[in-house]
Amino acid sequence: MDKVIKAVPNADGPLNPLKEFTAARIGIGRTGTSIPTKQSLAFKLAHAHARDAVYSRLNIDLLSADIKQFNLPVIVLHSKAGNRGEYLQRPDLGRKLKKSSANRLKEHVGGYDVSIIIADGLSASAINENVIGLLHTLIPLFMAAKLKLAPICFVEQGRVAVSDKIAHLLNAKLSIILIGERPGLSSADSIGAYLTYDPKPGLTDESRNCISNIRPQGLAFRPAAEKIFYLVQEAFRMKLSGVGLKDNQVLIGH
Amino acid sequence: MSYKTTIHGRVYSFSDLKSLLAKASPFRTGDALAGLCAESYEERVAAQITLADVPLKVFLTELVIPYESDEVTRLIVDSHELNAFSLISHLTVGELRDWLLMDETTTSTLKSIEAGLTPEVVAAVSKIMRNQDLIAVAKKCEVITKFRNTIGLKGHFATRLQPNHPTDDPKGVAASIIEGLLYGSGDACIGINPATDSPSHVMSLLRMIDQLRQQFDIPMQSCVLSHITTTLELINKDKDAPVDLCFQSIGGTELTNTSFGINLALIEEAYQATLSLNRGTIGDNVMYFETGQGSALSANAHHGVDQQTCEARAYAIARKFRPLLVNSVVGFIGPEYLYDGKQIIRAALEDHFCAKLLGLPMGVDVCYTNHAEADQDDMDNLLTLLGVAGCNFIMGIPGSDDIMLNYQSTSFHDALYLRKVLGLKAAPEFEAWLIKQGIVDAKGQLTSTNQVDLYNHFGSLWIK
Repeated sequence: MDKVIKAVPNADGPLNPLKEFTAARIGIGRTGTSIPTKQSLAFKLAHAHARDAVYSRLNIDLLSADIKQFNLPVIVLHSKAGNRGEYLQRPDLGRKLKKSSANRLKEHVGGYDVSIIIADGLSASAINENVIGLLHTLIPLFMAAKLKLAPICFVEQGRVAVSDKIAHLLNAKLSIILIGERPGLSSADSIGAYLTYDPKPGLTDESRNCISNIRPQGLAFRPAAEKIFYLVQEAFRMKLSGVGLKDNQVLIGH
Repeated sequence: MSYKTTIHGRVYSFSDLKSLLAKASPFRTGDALAGLCAESYEERVAAQITLADVPLKVFLTELVIPYESDEVTRLIVDSHELNAFSLISHLTVGELRDWLLMDETTTSTLKSIEAGLTPEVVAAVSKIMRNQDLIAVAKKCEVITKFRNTIGLKGHFATRLQPNHPTDDPKGVAASIIEGLLYGSGDACIGINPATDSPSHVMSLLRMIDQLRQQFDIPMQSCVLSHITTTLELINKDKDAPVDLCFQSIGGTELTNTSFGINLALIEEAYQATLSLNRGTIGDNVMYFETGQGSALSANAHHGVDQQTCEARAYAIARKFRPLLVNSVVGFIGPEYLYDGKQIIRAALEDHFCAKLLGLPMGVDVCYTNHAEADQDDMDNLLTLLGVAGCNFIMGIPGSDDIMLNYQSTSFHDALYLRKVLGLKAAPEFEAWLIKQGIVDAKGQLTSTNQVDLYNHFGSLWIK
């Protein structure tokens, strides 16, 4: 019997010219009616990156060492979600602060303008990779504006609303939580920033402003920091955040 | 009314019908999150045993959400047909399951009781059925709908071509549409989730697809899945707006729908407006609804009713408006509602079964997010099960990766796989078009020789 014919899926075939118009997975070819080996494994790899990001952990030692240059204390906190499995199934626990963590904050109560909180969310690797780049642009903007910054808080197994309790305990006028966003197949390293004026437990999403997709290939650090800073100034001016605070800033070049 | 049963000397009692339904539900994280699920394996089966003995008549008097406080309940009660119900009114939930599975219970028998079934009854019976039962009974149902082609015929299986783009760029959307058409996708509809809900954006996408459809004389329909108020506004402003289908996400309680910014009167208004455009050529099913377990809990609007029963209640809304398409977006909501492949697969089979029994043209978005414990293998399993169950349609997305909504669904390839292994065909009018264009041969297989011609015909002629 002769050797079998080698299938040559033609991914770079006639459909390929359409690819310039979209990042969608078009022009991937077929073998029979199935996705060719190379493209099938490329998809699996993208999914593997996303899955690894969901189960990644904050590298707090490394991040704290870098933050030292801003002369801000660092506090490490934990939500009531004990582990990733519980975190994924019980979003309510990720929004609450563990009692020992709440106690730790009592030593740091002060009259702050802004409390910056950093949480793993659904991708600690997004924080590990990108939060320092963002802070290097953002913190100098706050300092130049003479805003009093609270200690930087890290939260493990945290969701957005955990920032309400933290900033409220610290007695800060405004909270910004930088949190790893749900990984997509094309990117597992996006940070979301949620800003809340007059933070206190019980607030919902309509009280917040969100800036999404912060990463070098998405919304880059400089425009992201400027947008956050703009919203912070507007929040202080209007004494509110959320649906009442519209993003009317037009960033040059965007 | 209280319900109880005794297992090995231990009495299990359930205070009312809704808690009995919740405790009888196969385990899923959403019911645990809501604090409604059974506390042990034994309690769950005790609830199922108890539920099996509940007469169907009880469901007409013990409402899970009061008539006075919820317009979905009012719709369910007011549209219930006692004549149809009288055929099964002597049965219990368990006896209904046995009857559904009987060989003598055929497609036409099931049709005759359709209007006598309530969402709560079909949810209840699904809870005591295995996956196999859900498939076997759903397969008997046939729900056929029409607009410019015929969807839901036995032996046929359609796809919604979903060419989403992160910025709604018309060329980017068009590239995915053309690729999809060349893979035989799009007979259910071309349906775009817009990145923004602006009316002018939506209109430009609708015009683009309508132009494509007319230029190539494709027997298909399109939909931009904007909020119903946006669609209504487009129709009211322009009686020539190329709106084929009117879309809306719906939930099973009035409060859930309030959180979506809708109510029954608004859907009725949009339904009548879309009908008035009179754009269907062979039928006038003009609505497209999406649903999904967990939406009521997510909106904090579940009234202590389990998520699968809430989901089935949404189908009462859908059937009032004679939709062309309905699908559950089953794995999109996330692991706090459906944790893993097992839960997603179970929920999808329940949704498909319940909707079909209630007479809906049910499809499923076979999908998952990256924080769910699921992967493409789970979707392959579910896809195959749904094909066997006679599901009306699934999604067709380039490489199963939706780059706008950031989740994974089924690819153009997946649909072709299913048609091949199960011997299913596209909607007949659409298939005739595919053959005429040389995209598939008379057997429905993709042609391999003339892809260059096809690309030149569609792509270069149209995009460049």
